[in-house]
Amino acid sequence: MEILIILLPLALALGGLFVWAFWWAVGKGQYDDLETPGQRILLEDNQRTVQHKKD
Amino acid sequence: MSSPKIPTARSGRVESFSYDDEIVKLFVIATMIWGVIALLLGVTIAFQLADWRVNLGLPWTTFGRLRPLHTNAAIFAFCGNAIFAGVYYSHQRLLRARLFNDVLSRIHFWGWQLIIVSAALTLPFGITTGKEYAELEWPIDIAITLIWVIFAVNFFGTIVRRRERHIYVAIWFYIATIITVAVLHIVNSLEIPVSLFKSYSLYAGVQDALVQWWYGHNAVAFFLTTPFLGLMYYFIPKAANRPVYSYRLSIIHFWSLVFIYIWAGPHHLLYTTLPEWAQTLGMVFSIMLWMPSWGGMINGLMTLRGVWDKVRTEPSLRFMATALTFYGMATFEGPLLSIKSVNAIAHFTDWIPGHVHSGTIGWNYMLIAGIFFYLVPKLWDTELHSKKMAHQQFWLATIGLVLYIISMWVAGVTQSLMWRAMDDAGNLVYPNFIETVVKIVPMYWIRAVGGTMILISFILMMINLYKTAKAGKKLAPVVYESLPLDDSSLEPHASVHRKLEGWPMIFAVLSLIAILVGSGIEIIPSLVADKYVVKVSTVKPYSPLELYGRDIYIKEGCYLCHSQTVRPMAHEVVRYGKASNAAEFVYDHPFQWGSKRTGPDLARIGGKYPNMWHYKHFYDPREVTQGSLMPQYTWLFNSKIDYKTLPKKLSVMKQLGVPYSESEITNAVAMAQAQAKTISDDLAQSGVPVKVAEMDIIALIAYMQRLGVDYGSSQEGEE
Ligand code: HEC
Repeated sequence: MEILIILLPLALALGGLFVWAFWWAVGKGQYDDLETPGQRILLEDNQRTVQHKKD
Repeated sequence: MSSPKIPTARSGRVESFSYDDEIVKLFVIATMIWGVIALLLGVTIAFQLADWRVNLGLPWTTFGRLRPLHTNAAIFAFCGNAIFAGVYYSHQRLLRARLFNDVLSRIHFWGWQLIIVSAALTLPFGITTGKEYAELEWPIDIAITLIWVIFAVNFFGTIVRRRERHIYVAIWFYIATIITVAVLHIVNSLEIPVSLFKSYSLYAGVQDALVQWWYGHNAVAFFLTTPFLGLMYYFIPKAANRPVYSYRLSIIHFWSLVFIYIWAGPHHLLYTTLPEWAQTLGMVFSIMLWMPSWGGMINGLMTLRGVWDKVRTEPSLRFMATALTFYGMATFEGPLLSIKSVNAIAHFTDWIPGHVHSGTIGWNYMLIAGIFFYLVPKLWDTELHSKKMAHQQFWLATIGLVLYIISMWVAGVTQSLMWRAMDDAGNLVYPNFIETVVKIVPMYWIRAVGGTMILISFILMMINLYKTAKAGKKLAPVVYESLPLDDSSLEPHASVHRKLEGWPMIFAVLSLIAILVGSGIEIIPSLVADKYVVKVSTVKPYSPLELYGRDIYIKEGCYLCHSQTVRPMAHEVVRYGKASNAAEFVYDHPFQWGSKRTGPDLARIGGKYPNMWHYKHFYDPREVTQGSLMPQYTWLFNSKIDYKTLPKKLSVMKQLGVPYSESEITNAVAMAQAQAKTISDDLAQSGVPVKVAEMDIIALIAYMQRLGVDYGSSQEGEE
C-alpha cells in the first residue's frame, strides 16, 4: 500500500489548502457579515450599476 | 445618466465594463447538443441490455464500447458544458467583472469541444485505458489538463480583477471544483504510453483500485455535486428573487462538504482486498456526508418558501425544486449504500445504476433544466417559448426517472437475493448465473422505456429553448459602470496594489499543480515497484499472448459487465471459488475488478471450461447459454493478432515493475505464437480451422484460461 505515501499527503495537502483558504477568508472579513451577501446578489444588476446601451 | 450614489466609502475612477455573455451562449448550445447525444447513447445501451440484438453485431456499437462513451458524454460533455455556462454567467455578475480574457474563454470552449469529439472518435474504436470514468487515453488526458488550466487561469484572473470584495458562496464551490478536479485527474491519469493510443496505468491491482475510486468517487463529488451546488446558490435565489434561506448555513455547508468528501472513495471497494481500515474510513466518512448534504438541500428548498405557488407555475423553479428533492434522495441513498451490510447486497447490482441516475438525471439534468429556463430567456432577452411544453417535459422526465429508479431497485435486490440464496446443505439455490439474469430482463425493458421518456423530455426542452432563443433579439452588450475594488486608490501605487490583490491565490493553485506533477513523476515510479503485498510465489506475470488478450478484454469493455474479484462471502466462494487476495493483482496494470456484474465474476474463470466452450461462447453466447444477453464478438475471429506490438508492451510493463526478463521481451513474439498454436491445435480437434491461430480470439481465450489459475493453485487462503 505504498500508494498511501502519495494519497495521504495529497489529501492532506488539499485539506491544508482548504484550511488556508478558510483562514484567508476569515482574515479578509469574508464572513464578518452573514446576512447581506445573500441579499446583495439579488440587487447587483440594478442598484449599484448604471445601465445604458452602447450605440 | 449619472451614477447613483454608491453606498460605500470607496472612491476612484469609475470604470465601465460589460459581461461576456456570448461565451455563455456557446456553452449553453453545446450543453444541449451533447446532452441529447449522451441520453441517446444511454437509451441505446439500456435497450442492449434488454435485447442483445441492439448491439447490432458491429464492434463500435457494442455495449462495452458505447457505455464509456455514454458516461463520458453525460458527465464531461453534458454536465461539463452546463457547468461552464453557469459558472461563466454567475462568476462575472457576482464579481462585477468581465471574464479575465476573451481569447482564453474561446480556447476553453473550443478546446473542450475538441476533447469531446476526440472521445467520440476513440472510445467506440476501443481506444480506452479501461478505468471507469477515466477511459480517455493519454493524449486526451493531457489536453484535458491543459484546457482545465486555461479555465482556472480565466476563472482566478477574474477574481483578481473583481470589483466586489466579497466572494459569494457559489464562488467557493467553484474554487473547490477547479482545484480538486485538477488534482484528481492528474493523479489518476498517470500512465506510461505504449503507443499513441495505448498506455498502461502506473499503478497495479489494489493500489490502482484505490486511486481509481478515490478519483471515481470524487468525480461525482467535485464534478457533479460541488459545481452544481454553487450554481444552485446563485440561480435559485435569482430565479425565486429571494435571498438564500441562510447564508450562514451555506458557508457551513461548503466547508463541511469540502473536508469530508475527499475521504469517502473507498466505499466503492468494500469487501475487496483493500485493507480493512481503509474500507472502514470510507464508510464512516460516507455516512458523515449525509449531514452537510441535507443541510444544503434544506437550505435550497427553504429558499423557495414563500414562492411555492410559483413553483407550480414557473418551469425554472419547478425543475429546481425537483432537483433538490432528488439531491436529497440520492445523498440519503449514498450513505446508506456505504454501510457494509447494505453494500454487500447492493454492490455489483443494478441498484447502483439506479442510484447514479437519481443523481445525474434527478439532480444534474433537472437543475440544468431549471437554470436554463431562467438563463436562456435572459441571455436572448425574451420570454420562454412555452410553459406548457416545459411542464410536459417535467412530467415525462419525472415519470421516466421514477420508472428507471424503481425498476433498477427491484432488479438489483431481486438478483442479489438470488445470488446469495443457499439451501441448508450449503448449495446455491440458483447455481446457474443465467437464471438470475433472465429473471430481471423485464426490469431492463422498463428501465429502457423510462430512459426513452427522459430522452423525449430532453428533446422537448431543446425545441422549447431553441424557439425561445430564436424569438430573442440580439442586443448590444449592456455597459455597466462601477468603481474599482481598491479603496486605497488614492495612494500613488494604487493600481499596482489592486493588480496584486488575489495573486497569492493563483500562485498557490499553480504551485500546487506544479508540485503534484513534479512529485508524481519523481516518487511514483519507485512506489509501483511490486513490493507492497505479501507475495504469493505462484502468482506470475501474464505470458505475452495473455497480456495481449487482456488488452482485448480492456478494449472491448468486458469490465463493464464482469467483475474480477471474489468477495469473502459464503455464496460467492461457492459460486466462483476462493476469495480474492491482494497478491493476485500485483501485475494488473490497470486493475480490472469492475463495478457491475451483469455477467458472472471472471476472477476464477481459468480452467473452468474447455477452450472450445469459450470459442463458441464468444462467437454466439446463446449457443452455449440460453437467454444470455452478452454481445457477440464475431470480429475477434477475423482480426489478426498484432504480434509486433508485444515486445514494446512487455518492456513498458517491465518499466512498471513487472518482472519480465530481457529474453522474454526479445522472444515475446515467438512465445506468443507458440502458445497460440497450442490453443488452436486444441480447437482443431473439434474441427476449428487452423488459421484461427493468428486471430485475436485465441489471445482472449488464452487470457480467460489464465485468470485465477496462479492463485488457485497456491495454498494461500485455504484453511
Ligand atoms: C452486456 C454485458 C456483457 C458484456 C459486455 C460481456 N459479457 Fe460476458 N457475460 C455476460 C452475461 C450476462 C453472461 C452470463 C451468460 C452467459 O454465459 O453468456 C456472461 C458470461 C460470460 C462468460 C462465462 C462465465 C461463466 O462463468 O460461465 C465469460 C467467460 C464471459 N462472459 C466473458 C466475456 C468477455 C471476455 C467479454 C468481453 C469481450 C464479455 N464477457 C463481455 C454479459 C456480458
